[in-house]
Amino acid sequence: MSVLIDKFDVFAGGFWLTLQICFLAAIGALILGAVVAVLRISPVPPLRALGTAYVTVFRNLPLTVVMFFAAFGLPALGSNANFLRIPGLDAVFSRLGTDLPYFRFALIALSLYTAAFVCEALRSGVNAVPPGQAEAARSLGLTFGQNLRYVVLPQSWKASIVPLGSVIIAMIKNSALVGFFGVIGDLSQTADQLTSAGGYAFIPVAIGISVGYLIMTVPLGALLDRIEKRQAVAR
Amino acid sequence: MRFKRVAAVAAAATLALGMAACGGDDSDEGTGAGSKSFAAGSTMERLNKAQKIKVGTKFDQPGFGQKGLSGKPEGFDVEIAKIIVKELGIPEDKIEYVETPSKVREDVIVNGTVDLVAATYTINDKRKERIAFAGPYYEAGQNIMVRKDDTSITGPDSFKDGTKKVCSVTGSTPIEEIKKYVKDVATQVVPFDTYDKCRDALKSGQVDAVTTDNVILLGYIAKDEASFKMAGDNFTKEPYGIGVKKEDTDFRNFINDVLEKAMQDGRWKKAWDDTAGKFGATLGDAPTINRY
Repeated sequence: MSVLIDKFDVFAGGFWLTLQICFLAAIGALILGAVVAVLRISPVPPLRALGTAYVTVFRNLPLTVVMFFAAFGLPALGSNANFLRIPGLDAVFSRLGTDLPYFRFALIALSLYTAAFVCEALRSGVNAVPPGQAEAARSLGLTFGQNLRYVVLPQSWKASIVPLGSVIIAMIKNSALVGFFGVIGDLSQTADQLTSAGGYAFIPVAIGISVGYLIMTVPLGALLDRIEKRQAVAR
Repeated sequence: MRFKRVAAVAAAATLALGMAACGGDDSDEGTGAGSKSFAAGSTMERLNKAQKIKVGTKFDQPGFGQKGLSGKPEGFDVEIAKIIVKELGIPEDKIEYVETPSKVREDVIVNGTVDLVAATYTINDKRKERIAFAGPYYEAGQNIMVRKDDTSITGPDSFKDGTKKVCSVTGSTPIEEIKKYVKDVATQVVPFDTYDKCRDALKSGQVDAVTTDNVILLGYIAKDEASFKMAGDNFTKEPYGIGVKKEDTDFRNFINDVLEKAMQDGRWKKAWDDTAGKFGATLGDAPTINRY
């Protein structure tokens, strides 16, 4: 078990990178997922079809395949995902601005994939709001946007928050794949580095990275439980 | 009377010798339980009695251990394992091959999942803390593969200025080695789970080089000489050994004896020519067995 102490800096570095990836991918997935959810519940049929097509594709493909397309398909199309080199943001998340595109590719893949699940979590929340609410809002003359913003979303939020949290927790665990698609030094790639090249026994290293993932996921789960309890009172 | 008895003994002896000689042409000569005598209680005796052995090797390493259409892995590692197994008095078809990717090699030896590992297994001190190595039976070395038209990379020192990007397999020894040469790991080193992906990234220009053991790179160059070439000479020494249990010194010595014998009588070279040698990789001189 001495590897946990001897190589603490390696674990910590891996933890930090995974946290960065998850933080950025979660933001991307939440924004994109919300957009897709709006598409799927919009009154315009072509937009609904677009949203449904998105969810059908990205929810049903394995993440590895999505990662593969991001890492090898985008370069083939001539893109290095440079639009993600957001000034200011790349000062905090240094990997975002490097010449090496794989961090950005991984973010794109994780965000696209997770957005499909975010969309469905949001939509299930919207579906939980009694239809009478939206009908009443419409009869008051609210537009589709106003209807969502002032009537439906504030109520659907309560029903969405827990499944949404599960989606993000799943995404954190899914991020373990990025080390196999060109991103060096994330938490699970750290395990590879220590066990295979470093020659450390697998089990202590696996325990080390498990602790790393648990530090990210358990507080998130606890937070969700709290929010859920609060809302139970508010209802 | 006396003469008769001597003649009878002589005749019997001749007969016995003749029968022993008859077995010489059989390819499975000297296999079977009790066909060879080993020290009581040794691993060799146990394996010989059991008439089966589990060998860990790679299933995805061209030229060394690759599982093809035949359903059995083929390559230099596999041939070396066969030589050892035969000396144990066990026929080839009694070998059970277990896939041992780089990550699990120490663990399968320690846990006893396999009896020996021959899987492009570089001998190093860190690994010797958990297992023991017989050999080396081959000395590979890390090298760099670049695009054919690239003249800017001439060796590992070309990565020191911080602009060139290099790809290797996650968790491998070569990726740790090249980290010593690069200026910034985060912007220059790209890990993938397979070398195929590295090759594709090199071809499409996302990275400037792929680094790993020369024999692996030679396999890729042999398949696509128009696109790739080697940049310079090997810059490390990677002696490949046979992994066995750390405390099993008898078995290790036995394998060392077998390897030494095979290097002298040509079986070692033949194993190479039939496998990795086909890719144009050179075998070099027989490495000196390290009996530590």
